[in-house]
Amino acid sequence: MNRHLISAADLSRDDALLVLDTAEELAQIADRSIKKLPTLRGRTVVNLFFEDSTRTRISFEAAAKRLSADVINFSAKGSSVSKGESLKDTALTLEAMGADGVVIRHGASGAPHRLAGWVRGSVVNAGDGTHEHPTQALLDAFTMRRRLGDLEGRKVTIVGDVLHSRVARSNVLLLHTLGADVTLVAPPTLVPVAVGTWPCSVSYDLDAVLPKSDVVMMLRVQQERMNAAYFPSVREYSRRYGLDGDRMAQLPEHAIVMHPGPMNRGVEIAAEVADSVRSTIVEQVANGVSARMAVLYLLLGGSEPAIGKGVSE
Amino acid sequence: MSYLIKGARVLGGEAADILVRDEGIAAVGAGLDAGGAEVVEAGGLIALPGLVDLHTHLREPGREDAETVGSGTRSAAMGGFTAVHAMANTDPVADTAGVVEQVWRLGREAGYCDVQPVGAVTRGIAGEQLAELGAMADSAARVRVFSDDGHCVSDAVIMRRALEYVKAFDGVVAQHAQEPRLTEGAQMNEGEMSAALGLRGWPAVAEEAIIARDVLLAQHVGSRLHVCHVSTAGSVEIIRWAKSKGCPVTAEVTPHHLLLTDDRCGGYDPIFKVNPPLRTGDDVAALRHALADGTIDCVATDHAPHPVEAKETEWAEAAMGMIGLETALPVVQEAMVETGLLDWAGVADRMSYKPARIGRLSGQGRPLEAGSPANITLYDPSARRAVDPSAMTSKSRNTPFAGLELPGRVVATFLRGRPTVLEGKLQ
Repeated sequence: MNRHLISAADLSRDDALLVLDTAEELAQIADRSIKKLPTLRGRTVVNLFFEDSTRTRISFEAAAKRLSADVINFSAKGSSVSKGESLKDTALTLEAMGADGVVIRHGASGAPHRLAGWVRGSVVNAGDGTHEHPTQALLDAFTMRRRLGDLEGRKVTIVGDVLHSRVARSNVLLLHTLGADVTLVAPPTLVPVAVGTWPCSVSYDLDAVLPKSDVVMMLRVQQERMNAAYFPSVREYSRRYGLDGDRMAQLPEHAIVMHPGPMNRGVEIAAEVADSVRSTIVEQVANGVSARMAVLYLLLGGSEPAIGKGVSE
Repeated sequence: MSYLIKGARVLGGEAADILVRDEGIAAVGAGLDAGGAEVVEAGGLIALPGLVDLHTHLREPGREDAETVGSGTRSAAMGGFTAVHAMANTDPVADTAGVVEQVWRLGREAGYCDVQPVGAVTRGIAGEQLAELGAMADSAARVRVFSDDGHCVSDAVIMRRALEYVKAFDGVVAQHAQEPRLTEGAQMNEGEMSAALGLRGWPAVAEEAIIARDVLLAQHVGSRLHVCHVSTAGSVEIIRWAKSKGCPVTAEVTPHHLLLTDDRCGGYDPIFKVNPPLRTGDDVAALRHALADGTIDCVATDHAPHPVEAKETEWAEAAMGMIGLETALPVVQEAMVETGLLDWAGVADRMSYKPARIGRLSGQGRPLEAGSPANITLYDPSARRAVDPSAMTSKSRNTPFAGLELPGRVVATFLRGRPTVLEGKLQ
């Protein structure tokens, strides 16, 4: 594996399978009464969050703590960053504190690349602008694998604002690496003009794609897109690209419905779909901790076995 | 003071001597007698007319931390330039006779190359009201080129009026062609790279649509239009068509758009962030051919200095622009001469004669012959070296060519008979 995890493209097929297998092993400890392993004892992980994202931050925090790492949460609000400190100076400060790993969430695409040039520790991208969110893709793949088995040849449909979605970018790359067939479905305004160069297909017709899908992943419609002429109205978007009960009925029996959260119920996903047995939305949250544990372990943990000798039993 | 430049290949042709006396060229020919003149050995060097840049950001007044008229003109001299056009987007904006005269005077005092101020088209480059173009034209700075560069004159009526108005004093409007609504928040060329990197795209059509509109306007009102930093193959096609219809349009291309493509943006290093953005290999090829066939009239650097902290940041936060005065000629050699697209006479045309003519600079861009002002650049095309940002004379270091090995070296620059650079060193 590379020293950093910045893009899903950093992962070879073997790397990706190693992360997923490791996550599977680590998931076992979630069922134990004491959910802690000594693997990263003495290591420091900094959660550097320039955007508010409670769910991703606590997921990384739980992952690091279950591996016994020391966790420092650094959020931009109320810190030196809000006083105008540059990313570089923040990076140098973390470096001086001896961070072994930095988990960064930032509103600017490419911020983790820049950070990786300024710190010695491993950088984990927890979402950068409209670029990537590789641990989300790993937890999604982990969730699919648990429900459906091997992803080779599986048909995954990703629906929504692909243009601005870091989740979609990372998923397209990782799922392609893992052998799945990805189809993006969106209004033409919300796919990049060069989407033809991506390793996936594109459709504008959700109803045509659903009956052939093993997985449907619904993306959140961001509030700021709603009045920017990407589509005429929220209701029209919802009619054409939302997943409601009738559409869900077109899916094959075994198919699952995913959403990276937070959801707009009634916009991209109907409540009855979100709460149905096909929905993996809550599982995804739980799996997020396992996938992030696997990433932190593999980047920071060195050669010790992931589960150790059952010290925490 | 007199100089005898011995054995230089004038415009890359046969070796000849050039006798410089006082401010002018006294004679050009074989075996001239030094007669007391200081001899400058120029065997193997190419003699070019002093280079003229139509598009330079000197940053003074306002951002003297990035560049000053002094440092920028020293950088220009090191690059072989004897005249630069100082862009108007300073702080305060060069939109009054007072500011353009200040910049012009600072250039005269520095003495390293002629500084011809560009006047803003609109007040505060806000695109709403015409600046006092006539006052700037009549000032001591004798402004002939007007531009809101950095911003597009996007309002079609304002653009039409500006084009018409400057006819009274033979001015030209130099348009930064960028449709503002299509490029809100734009970060890089819209295409495969922007899609992969998740950076907001700057589509080629946003440049091409404005150029198409402006050539039609210029044709309609019979005014001179100059297009700044053309960056796309589509723009080339539109300009070629406009010229074929007799439209009085001229155009420039930057050295960086002749050499670099948008895959440089892959590591998110904002040293490659520039406006208009780096485009694709097809665009680069089209620009080179357009410069060779004359569709694009000249090379202009768009030298845009920025302090280190403006580039050591996230991509979206970073300033747009690259320095280019000291690498312009080497890049043109690499992109145009080594590829066989342009000979040295062509380089003289695209980097000296044409820009001087577009800017209406009578004392610049003159052929190297007796009677011309002695604005001369001596260039060693056989040198090769890696670009070293810390070795730049510019106050800023934001060169996108760092580490790249480029051919050529400016050995000497003469401004009206006085060497500003000799043996590669600033005088």
